[in-house]
Formats: sequence, structure tokens, C-alpha cells
Amino acid sequence: MNAILTIAGRELRAYFATPVATVFIVIFLVLQGALTFNLGQFFDRGIADLNPFFTFIPWVFLLLIPAITMRLWAEERRLGTIELLLTLPITQTQAVLGKFLAAWAFCGIALLLTFPFVIAVNILGNPDNGVIASGYLGSLLIAGAFLSVGAAMSALTRNQVIAFVLAVAVCFLFAVASNPIVNDFLSHTAPALGEFTRRLAITDRFADFTRGLISLRDVIYFATFIGFFLFLNTVLVDQRKAD
Amino acid sequence: MATRAADPAGPLIDIEGLTKRFGSFTAVDDVTFQVRRGEVLGFLGPNGAGKSTTMRMLAGFMIPSAGTARILDHDVQTDSVAARRVLGFLPEGAPTYPEMTVEGFLRFCAKIRGYTGAELADRVDHALGLTTLRGVRLQPVETLSKGFKRRVGLAQALLHDPPVLVLDEPTDGLDPNQKHEVRGLIAQMAPNKAIVISTHILEEVDAVCTRAIIIAGGRIVADETPQALSERHASGKLEDVFRALTMEGAV
Repeated sequence: MNAILTIAGRELRAYFATPVATVFIVIFLVLQGALTFNLGQFFDRGIADLNPFFTFIPWVFLLLIPAITMRLWAEERRLGTIELLLTLPITQTQAVLGKFLAAWAFCGIALLLTFPFVIAVNILGNPDNGVIASGYLGSLLIAGAFLSVGAAMSALTRNQVIAFVLAVAVCFLFAVASNPIVNDFLSHTAPALGEFTRRLAITDRFADFTRGLISLRDVIYFATFIGFFLFLNTVLVDQRKAD
Repeated sequence: MATRAADPAGPLIDIEGLTKRFGSFTAVDDVTFQVRRGEVLGFLGPNGAGKSTTMRMLAGFMIPSAGTARILDHDVQTDSVAARRVLGFLPEGAPTYPEMTVEGFLRFCAKIRGYTGAELADRVDHALGLTTLRGVRLQPVETLSKGFKRRVGLAQALLHDPPVLVLDEPTDGLDPNQKHEVRGLIAQMAPNKAIVISTHILEEVDAVCTRAIIIAGGRIVADETPQALSERHASGKLEDVFRALTMEGAV
């Protein structure tokens, strides 16, 4: 556990030692603000909740999270530090978990910085803060899910652009799996597959959280999802570390 | 770590039949050797001969296609964390995290090795002293020259005073004074450790190594003392022996 936290701490400090952290957080807040207030009609709706805010979270994350994860392993390989890191007395799983936790904590910090939305909506009306808290929990979980995908893709290639594009593509598949367009198409052509993809869809699970529903099934879904991709990440690091 | 107690004279590094294939290309071909305490083994060979690949397998970074490598009786594949605990490894090119300060980087490595508090500070300070890096301890690694970066990598390998040191080109990029210092450091540590250094600077072999292995085309073509090696050629020069052995290996 100590080694995991040491790796996570180093990694997290590295975000803030470079402009990565600032750029990410500023763009995230600007995008979320613009989308919530303009497209989401935050004021015009006349309802005191953060639904417009949460609606856009998966899509903003879809774009920005692969930008964090693309460097996660690719950068280590470019610098050659992967050879240093993986010859220290740690297991590969510890390295994978440490890096993932750092990225997750970083997303948590970005989410925390959206607190003015919560304050605003509380000043303007009487929102259900329980629903808001559950929405934030869902946001954190969807961030974790996308991060685990992105981290695995970063271990797959030493090219950061390829890592980014692959991560966006895979996250996109999970995000649109329950979309009516995809579902109608699949239920006509392959009904069994249609049901399967609907269950895999990440956005439906997230929608439950934004309605204030925290179900054990959804939590298990996210835990399994993240666990699977972290396992894949460990396997990929092991196979490709020395390429 | 106590496993050696039963056989104090046994080899600290034990490599047997180590082979690495990349597709149809065999980078390291059935390499076998042992290194005992007190030995400084110079690992020589032209570029691409398989030196770094062998060292990477020894450090447990690269998975061998065949054969085994053991450090103090710990197999680097099946018991890798224990093996790496007693190993100080300087990877090729001495990679470090560029945005970290020298001290920050060494503290990170020390923490991972399980040191805390005052002991951690002592270890880092001692390593900084050995590699004469105290003057730049608060400088980010990316602002340092090549020679300093190399010494940061070396400091990292010496942090935990490991019984086994594997250094891939430890003096590459150093100026003559720094080279002299590093060789002095290696010679000073030699009696208590098993040390493997790869190099293509032949004078280094004469200066610090008690034994030299020449590898060409992935195979060991010579394994003896530097002196015996240089006597192989009429000129008595290691350089001529090296050329004779590695050129014929390439053909």
C-alpha cells in the first residue's frame, strides 16, 4: 500500500509541476460552465438542481480524460523511466494502481473545483443536496471508468496520439451503447447483442446516480469495469514494457 | 536476504542459458555466467551485441525467451520483488523524471524501497555525497547536464547499499574527472559487492574490472581477467583483442 501511495503521490505532483494540471482544470471548468449555462439552460429552466451540469459530465470527460491518461505509460516509455520504475522492488500491479489513483485523485480535484455550481444553486433555490452528492459520486465513478480505459490504452502504445484516439474511441463505445440509435439498430439486426450492449452502457448507470439513485448493482458495475481495465493494464504493461 | 548465509562464497549473480529472441532475431543467445562477491565484471561488446538486453533480463525488466537469472538465489522472474530489493540497477541512458528535483527523485526511490523518516534522509544524503551531487540537490533533473543526470541515476542505484550492482554504461557522458571519480567509487565498493558494468570504453576495463566478458552477436566470446584477455593478442592491447573477437563474431 505504501508503495502505491508513493507512486500516486509522485505522479500527482508531476501533474502540477507541468502545465497539464492547469490546462486541464481550466478547460474542464470553462467547458462545464459554458455547456451548463448555455446548452443546459441552467437559469431558464427555473429548477434548482444540477441536472444540466451532470448531463454534460460524461461527454466532457470523454474528451478530456484521455488527454490525462495518454501520457500515463506512453510518457514513461518515451523517457525510459519505465525501466527504472519497474526495476524498483514493486509489483506491476502496484505501479498500475498508483498511477490510476493519482489520475483519479486529480479528476476528483477538478470535480471539487466545480463547487461554485453547488453554491449558486443553493443560493438560487432549495435543491436536493442528496441528489447532487449522488451525482458527484456518479461523476467520480465515470471518471474512474474512463481513466481505467485510457490507462490501458496508454500501456498499449508508446505513441501518445494513438493512446488518446484509442481511449476516446473505446470510451465513446461504452458511452453510446445505450443510445437509441445504436439500440434500435442492434435490436433489429442482433437482438441478443442489443440487450448485452444496453447492460454495458456507462451513461445509463450514470443517469441513475444523477437522479439520486445509488444502487449496489451500479456500484458493482463500475467496480468491475474499472477492475477489468486495470487488470488489462497490468497485462499490457507486462507484455509491452520492454518493446 | 539471509539466503546467502548458508553459502557465503556462492555467486551473488547466477545467469544460466539466458536467451532473448525478438521474432527470428536472437539478441542474446544462451548466455551463462556467475558473479561472486568482490568481482567487478566488465561486460563488453559492440553496440547491439546484447549487453543491455542481458542486463534488462537480469534486472527482471525484460522477460527471457529461455534460461534463468538469479540474484542472491532469488529468481528475477518468479521472485522478482525480492531480487530487485537486493539489486541496484542503472538502466541504459540513466532515465529519471525530468520535472523532479535531484533530492525529490532520490527521496521517491528511497520511499519505494521502504525507508522512512531519519533513515530515509540519511540514505538520500549519503547517496548524494557518494556521487557528489549535494550542490545540485534542489535543482530539477531536466536542468542538469548529461554527466549530472548519469550520476543521479547512479545515486538511485546506490541508495540502499545493495550487494549486487548492475550498471549499464555508468560513465557514459561523464567528463574525464567524473569518470575517474566514478571508477574510484566502483573500486571502493567492489570488495563487498558483486558488480556488473557494461561499457565500450576499454580503458575502463583495465582500470576497474577484475574480469571481462566480451559478447558479440548475443554470444559470450571471451570470459577471463582483463590481463589474460589482452595477452591473447601479440600487441598486448585489449583494443586489438576486442576487435579480433567481435569482428569475427559479426561475420
